[in-house]
Parts: sequence; C-alpha cells; structure tokens
Amino acid sequence: MKMKLWSQNGGDAGAISVAGRATGWQKPAATERKRESTGALLIGVMQWLGELAEFCGRVVKAAVTRPFEFKELVRQMDEIGAKSLPLVALAGAAIGVVLSLHTRDSLIRFGARSMLPALIVLSIVKESGPIITALVVSGRVGAGIGAELGSMKVTEQIDAIEASAVNPYKFLAATRVAACMFMLPLLTIVADFCGIVAGWLTNAMAEPMPFKLFLNYGLAQADFADLLPATFKTVVFGFIIGVIGCFQGMRATGGTEGVGRASKSAVMLASLFVILADVVLVRLIITFFPS
Amino acid sequence: MKHNDNNSAIRLRRVSKSFGEQVVLNGVDLEVTRGETVTVLGRSGTGKSVMLKLIIGLKRADAGHIELNGEEITSMPLEELNRVRKTVGFLFQGAALYDSLNIEENVAFPLRRHTTLNDRERRERVRELLARVGMEREGAKMPAELSGGMKKRVGLARALALDPEIMLLDEPTAGLDPITASEINELIREMQQERKITSIVVTHDMRSVKSVADRVAMLNDGNIVIEGSIDDLKKSNDEFVSRFIEESGEVH
Repeated sequence: MKMKLWSQNGGDAGAISVAGRATGWQKPAATERKRESTGALLIGVMQWLGELAEFCGRVVKAAVTRPFEFKELVRQMDEIGAKSLPLVALAGAAIGVVLSLHTRDSLIRFGARSMLPALIVLSIVKESGPIITALVVSGRVGAGIGAELGSMKVTEQIDAIEASAVNPYKFLAATRVAACMFMLPLLTIVADFCGIVAGWLTNAMAEPMPFKLFLNYGLAQADFADLLPATFKTVVFGFIIGVIGCFQGMRATGGTEGVGRASKSAVMLASLFVILADVVLVRLIITFFPS
Repeated sequence: MKHNDNNSAIRLRRVSKSFGEQVVLNGVDLEVTRGETVTVLGRSGTGKSVMLKLIIGLKRADAGHIELNGEEITSMPLEELNRVRKTVGFLFQGAALYDSLNIEENVAFPLRRHTTLNDRERRERVRELLARVGMEREGAKMPAELSGGMKKRVGLARALALDPEIMLLDEPTAGLDPITASEINELIREMQQERKITSIVVTHDMRSVKSVADRVAMLNDGNIVIEGSIDDLKKSNDEFVSRFIEESGEVH
C-alpha cells in the first residue's frame, strides 16, 4: 500500500519537475522524489515510534493493575527462560572459548599472560555475556512472540480475548514482557558462567590451572560496579525484546505472510534496539558506577 | 447511560464505518428485540462481520449509535464496555480458539476471569457446556487436533460460558459440510429456544437462515436493503435481493 502511494507521489513529482525544467524554477525530478521518499520514511518512522510508545504505556498500565495473570506469567517464564537455556549456555561457552583463544597469544606477546583470567572474566561479565544473551533471546524469543501473537491476530484470537472482556495487553503482552525482564538477567548469569568455564577449559589445555585459581585471578580485578549493573542492564534488554515482539505481533495484518513479516521484523528491530540501548546503558553505567 | 424504555436488545442507528477510502457501512439502522434471532445476509465483503465487531466494540463506529440492552456503547470507556461484553457471546468465523490452551481451558477462559467459581465448580461447568455441544470427550485435545465443525462447537460452548443475554454468530456454518452445518444450525436453534437468547447470525447460507432466523436483514452497498421474513425476501422485487435468493438455490 505504502509502495503504491510512494510510487504515485513519485510520478506526480516527476511530472512537476519536467514542467519545472521547462520554466526553470522547479527542482529536478530525482531530487524531488528523493526528498519525498525521505519525508515519507521519516513520517513512517515517527508514526511507528509514536504507536510503540502508546503500546508501551498500555502494557505498563495493564501490568500494574489487578487482576494479575500469574499462571500465564509462569508459563511464559518457562517458555522464554527455561527453553532458551541450552542455546544461551552454548552461546556463552562459545564466546568463552573464542575469547580465550584470541587473547592468549596477544597477552603472551605483551608479557601480560597473568592478566588472561581477568580479561576473560571481565569481558564476559561486563559485555559479551549480556549482549550475546540478549541477541540470542531476541532471535529465539522475539521471533517466537512475533509469530505467535501475529498468528493470534490474523486468526482473530486476540479479538476473541477482547470480546471475552479480557484485556489482551494484560494477558498476552504484559506477561511476555515481564517474563523477558525476569529471565534475561538469569540467562545472562548462566551465559557468563558457561563462558568463564569454557574460557578456563580452553586456557587449561595450554596451561593447566585449577578453576578456583582462575576464578580468583579473574575476580580479583572485578568489583560491584563491574558485575551487578552489567547483569541487570539486561532487564532493559528484556523489556525491549518483549515489547517489540508483542508490538509487531499484535499489529500483524495480511494472513500468513503478515505473520512472517511480524516475526522477521520483531527479531530485526529487537536486535537493533538492544544494541542501541547497550551503547546508552554502557555510557550510563560508566558515569554512575565508575570502576 | 441506560435508555431501557423498550423491548430492543440491540439497536443500531445510522451506523457508519469506513476503512480509508472504502465505505463499508453507510448509515445502517437495525433493531433486534429481546429473544429474537435476526440473520444478516449479504455478499462477502459487504461489512457483515464488521457490523458484529462494531456491536461488541472490537471496532469503533465512525458515526451513529449502537445500544445493547439500552446502553449506548459507542462512547463507553473500556471498563464499562467490558462489563457489557460479559453479557454478549461471540462465535467467530474460524471459531478463534486459543491455540495454546486445550479445549477445556478454552471454555474455562471466560469463567476463570469473570466468575468466582472454584476449580471443581468450574470443571463441572465446563463439562456441562462441552456436553451440551457434544464435545465432552474432547476436553483434553488441543484446537489443532479438531475438525472445523468441532471447533465451531467448542467456540459455541465458550461463547455460552457466561450465560450471555445476546449472541453474535459470525458465519457459524461457513466451510462446513451440509450435515455438520445442519447439526450446528440445530444446536443454535436449540440454544435459542432453551435460553431465549437474542442473536444476530451473520451468514450467506440460506439453510442456516431457514433453520435459525425469526427475521432476515440483507446488507448491500453499506446499507440494509430489505428486512423481514424469508418469504418477504422471496417476494421482493429488488434486483439484488432476487438474484441473491435465486443464486442461493431458493425458488420463488
């Protein structure tokens, strides 16, 4: 629909520009079209952000008003948290292995081999663990929520919930968003642990060292400001993943194709916003929790 | 705001609804009295389902007034609207059963949220509702395991869960074989007789009309073109009405 609208506008702009060239006072057609398409894109983005903000408001309001949907919340925590555990653990372990392999040679070259445990622990706990967890969850859960709610929307199940005098923002969205916010920090702790263990194992193959000693060296350089804010920033990631997944799903239109679009866009936008939020959160953590 | 000064359960006055440039309903007037069943006929895409969604507030009318049991719902806040919705049962075209819940949980969904029944009483009520639609043995199944006709039966049981005063049925027999469609029609008729429920049945199935309707309204070009008994429709000189009746296999 938007494409058609754009093309129609583009055509009109072209006609004006042709006339413009003859009289010498109009912009060239290509420039006009570019300006119009940029304008339409900006309006589209602003409209999407406005609708997203309104959606967030409805979800937050639904989440804090009675009755609470505890049973559905527990079901979603299992779906989002427990079932993401193997994937998150594996991703965390892979990061630990890669970090250990990459940094060992470099540190030896600079004569800083003893810093390896600290480097692995700090880089996993402060950044790699939280962001990898958020991206893995936004892939698995964001797509799942987008597809499930999108499918419910196009098969009128969301209408049926509303017709039953139940608030779908409470039953469907608030429970999923809250489950994401609760489970992200827990999954991050699992990813951190698996990453540190895998990093130690990889290092131990080249240079045997007890795990306790590795951990002691690693944590000797870390304090409260390194561990807690980095782990709990994932609550924000959870909010982003949950809200964007639900938002894209609940506004799906156009049958199964719409469900596919909702699912894809949920993953893409959730991942993008997680990365952008990470930039802001890291800056805030450095400002408010200096090491 | 309650204006319960007559016997009308559902009243639409000059109701209009458009989607972008497309005018779907253009000043529709319809009144359904208590205990009456009105079927709304019309071609696909003429706004029959939209009309039902406007009546229960799933969509908002652009203009006009809609009253349910004397209460104007078009300007009602959501909390008030939800109170009114509890008195209305809605059977969706595809039944719209919740995929993640089994059949019993689907029927229990409104009961769990809007009644004070304990677990045992709720289970008993669900069993009773499922037995009424002949689905008592399928309670543990998931919606994906059911046929179209079975889904409609469960949808009907769920719509009846809160003992509604009004039922809105959107194409209850669409996509069903003639025997199953006839069974669903029979079920709807029995329920109307048992409970004296006011109903609007949207359909384009003339057998459904003959089986359940007290009165028929035909929608075309955003307006109700004729209202009356099925015989009135057959006698109509309106070209669209005559053609609709002829094409559906009904003879004068």
